[in-house]
Amino acid sequence: MKQYETVIGLEVHVELATKTKIFCGCSTAFGGAPNTHTCPVCTGMPGSLPVLNRQVVEYALAVGLATNCAVHQYCKFDRKNYFYPDNPQNYQISQLYLPICHDGYVEIETSFGSKRVGIHEIHMEEDAGKLIHDEWEDCSLVDYNRSGVPLIEIVSEPDMRSAEEVIAYLEKLRLIIQYLGASDCKLQEGSMRADVNLSVREAGTQKLGTRTEMKNLNSFKAIARAIDGERARQIELLGEGKSVIQETRRWDDNKEYSYAMRSKEDAKDYRYFPDPDLTPVFIDDAWIARVRSAQPEFRTEKMARYRREYGIPEYDIEIITGSKHMADLFEAAVAICHQPKKVSNWLMVETLRLLKERELEPEDIRFSPEHLAGLIQMADAGEINSSVAKEVFAVMFEKDVDPLRYVEEHGLRSQNDEGELKALLQEIVSRNPQSVADYRNGKQKAIGFLVGQAMKATSGKADPGLVNRIFKELLS
Amino acid sequence: MSILQLSATELSDRIRSGEIKVTETLDAVFGVIEAKESLLHCYVTLDREKAYQKAALVQRRIDAGELTGPLAGVPFAIKDNLCTQGTRTTCSSKILENFVPAYNAEAVTRLEAAGAVIIGKTNMDEFAMGSTTETSYYGVTRNPHGTDHVPGGSSGGSAAAVAAGECFAALGSDTGGSIRQPASFCGVVGMKPTYGTVSRYGLIAYGSSLDQIGPLTKNVRDCAAVLETIAAHDPKDSTSVARQDTDFTVGLDQDVRGLKIGIPRDYFGEGLDGEVAAAVRKAADVLEVRGAVLEEFDLSLVDYAIPAYYTIASAEASSNLERFDGVKYGYRTGNYEELHQMYKKTRSEGFGPEVKRRILLGSFVLSSGYYDAYYLKALRVKALIKKAFNQAFQRYDCILGPVAPTTAPRLGESLADPIKMYLGDIYTIAVNLAGLPAISVPCGMDAGGLPIGVQLIGDCYQEKKLLRAARQLEAGLGRKDGQGLTDGSEFGEVCHETV
Amino acid sequence: MSVVIDDETIDYVSILAKLDLNEAEKEQAKKDMSRMLDYIDQLNELDTTGVEPMSHVFAVQNVFREDVVTNGDESEAMLANAPAEKQNMFKVPRTVE
Repeated sequence: MKQYETVIGLEVHVELATKTKIFCGCSTAFGGAPNTHTCPVCTGMPGSLPVLNRQVVEYALAVGLATNCAVHQYCKFDRKNYFYPDNPQNYQISQLYLPICHDGYVEIETSFGSKRVGIHEIHMEEDAGKLIHDEWEDCSLVDYNRSGVPLIEIVSEPDMRSAEEVIAYLEKLRLIIQYLGASDCKLQEGSMRADVNLSVREAGTQKLGTRTEMKNLNSFKAIARAIDGERARQIELLGEGKSVIQETRRWDDNKEYSYAMRSKEDAKDYRYFPDPDLTPVFIDDAWIARVRSAQPEFRTEKMARYRREYGIPEYDIEIITGSKHMADLFEAAVAICHQPKKVSNWLMVETLRLLKERELEPEDIRFSPEHLAGLIQMADAGEINSSVAKEVFAVMFEKDVDPLRYVEEHGLRSQNDEGELKALLQEIVSRNPQSVADYRNGKQKAIGFLVGQAMKATSGKADPGLVNRIFKELLS
Repeated sequence: MSILQLSATELSDRIRSGEIKVTETLDAVFGVIEAKESLLHCYVTLDREKAYQKAALVQRRIDAGELTGPLAGVPFAIKDNLCTQGTRTTCSSKILENFVPAYNAEAVTRLEAAGAVIIGKTNMDEFAMGSTTETSYYGVTRNPHGTDHVPGGSSGGSAAAVAAGECFAALGSDTGGSIRQPASFCGVVGMKPTYGTVSRYGLIAYGSSLDQIGPLTKNVRDCAAVLETIAAHDPKDSTSVARQDTDFTVGLDQDVRGLKIGIPRDYFGEGLDGEVAAAVRKAADVLEVRGAVLEEFDLSLVDYAIPAYYTIASAEASSNLERFDGVKYGYRTGNYEELHQMYKKTRSEGFGPEVKRRILLGSFVLSSGYYDAYYLKALRVKALIKKAFNQAFQRYDCILGPVAPTTAPRLGESLADPIKMYLGDIYTIAVNLAGLPAISVPCGMDAGGLPIGVQLIGDCYQEKKLLRAARQLEAGLGRKDGQGLTDGSEFGEVCHETV
Repeated sequence: MSVVIDDETIDYVSILAKLDLNEAEKEQAKKDMSRMLDYIDQLNELDTTGVEPMSHVFAVQNVFREDVVTNGDESEAMLANAPAEKQNMFKVPRTVE
């Protein structure tokens, strides 16, 4: 049995977090009614012309610098010509000859240690519209809301050898880009998409085998399955003495099989040429320096700082910094309430539990750091007890309510007026002589019954600690 | 003096002084249209009702003192590759026969803001590909000076409409001579400004790196006024240039004493008609009499401009015209089963032969294996041509030569041999490759009564010099303001007095 | 460097250009394109070694717009010319997936 090595390169498309499209002033907001975010430019109307969104260059440059790329300081846009209904001009404005960034790398960690994955280039381009298949009429419908949303395509070198490395690479890219704020990188929503170029070769040989390109990979799990599936398919072909055909294949994650996307009507000849409607982009040294100096603290540095500043467990640090959104939330909440351990605790326990329950990602957390800090401060001040705090948090998690207002509106504030409470407890003491007697006879547990009665009488709003103390005073 | 004998700016002067009503000008123009349009066919679309509505609006604003510019109230014609909101815009192609844009071309917006009244969309070669207006899907336009002849192209409808008095001024577009050549054939003034001077937003692209919008007018003063109105930096067009010197009517009447004019020997070689050569030489003499300094020189590379142009323009066109696919607007074939068949049938039925010819050529020169040899080679030659002009403009203020080798050919003579037709662009095409401004001014008639034009080419941003020289030429040749060829006036002998 | 335009080339280019040519048109296209390419070949008489291809005549660069939403819902106007429409979308023959 021959041993095969898998050689994998990735083309990763990332939708940038700009407010507007790459070449027009239409909104990039996700999920609008069909064609409501369109104009003559992004529907390819005759006579319309593209004008480049400056922020796209800023983001692309930031990602390039964060991934150790060199910059083509003089870069240009080219037209990639092919007919498809989601592509309104029937050419996509992209970059072939002079992409903005090139020759970079990222370091990845896997179970076999750390490794460098090369980045061949990063280029800017426009996204296509969406095709919806209408089963009733056997036709397709085109929505151009996504047409012209800015993308960067990050093309790796064929440096990966396993699904594990691929996932580690994607995770790394995702973190870098999220930390930069350049994209939310959601695979499910398509704001991060990966095409896998894969070939196999006999172990020990240098020459690359024929590769295929796999598309339609919507999750890390699908990517891992597709890699294993395609590797097996190619090895089987070679084992049968057949050869692998260079082609694009579409992965069907339900059937766990890929299908060749072929059409006799398509010659893969994109006739790239510089777009005469756009001027070149010149990125001077000052611009690069400015973007470089504005680069945020990335994960490794952040982890080190957390160890230094917050004294929270290593596990917490890893989870929190694993999501830029969560890290931002953590830091902002700590800045208000100065309780890193408590903030971390709310994130590690209640937040993760609710995320898991609802099958959400940390990026989907909607409550604000102000509200989390407020909740912690109220609990610290004894204004609410811990069970009320959990109840309020659950509502906050769903709707980002202001905890203070919610507690007031629902009358959840602890009954902490000592005078009032004392009178109530005195009454409980006098109604329960047996428990009082038990306690005085050394049965410490008996006080628990009295506390329970007090909590019942206050609908859980009394601070159990305070109740305990007052009882002890009354019975001493 | 009848309204029709006035130039656009003279007309506007009288409208603004209250002497003439805007509707009267429309009555006059539509009178001519009724008399001549069925023969000449300058327009693809006329919108009389909308024109009168606009006229009423413009009149009110003039009366209120809101419109004070030199084009207020002037009836205009617009080439049918410029988008007009609410009025169909066809590019003289079947594929856009029912296309009604939701937006105006920037140049149209600027004209309307200045109080111009648009009366219709003029005929052209399909997608501006041609030199005769015969490739239009909607039929040919005839030359008002000889109705068996073409008006030139691709802005043939605009040139003919101005010459025939079916409008007072028009907009055209010029990718390789498409304003200047029909202006020359129809005896009107036509100007292609420096690339980037007029926004291309809303101009349906043919060769994006070469296309410019410009005026076709009765005289040079009108030309300057129209250009001044439509020239402006437009943030919607990335190739639009922010210029400060767009007050083209200022200093128009300055003399040309000391102006250095280069006459390229290579523009007077084989292929140039004798009568055309003589008329152009006479025009040069007029300027010399008025103090310009003439010198002959060798421009070089003249023969290479046409092959470089057709490579670049066809390549860009093949890509620009991909959007016409029956999905979003325009014609869709009635008979198809699947997507690619729909594309192919729509485009094959929707485009005419000349358009297909250029799309095929353009697709080929960009295709894998030929890009370097053809497309990049042409871009390198373009750089050489630009350099040759740069050298010339170190010595001369402007270059003078013919617009076209001959006067207007007869209808039906040109299309049979595409390359021969392309050769007719030899004097105009290099100007587009180099992004230069150039103007065509009437300078005589051939024995058959067909107009001859002379071309003045300037360095980038030197429109003012060109307009000044053109104005002196016009005066020296004995044409007075408003005396378009429509009133039958002949060219006088060279006049020696200054204006 | 004369290129021979054969049937195969014309077929290939018409796939790229999405044009359907009948036999007569194909023959004409072969002839026209061969002649035109022969004509264009005269560019090879010029030595362009070391000459940068010039796509833009002017050295205009860095033309940007700011990232500000300026367009509202224009769907009605954008769909007004659609040859076929359904549920505010452009209707096309089923795309192969």
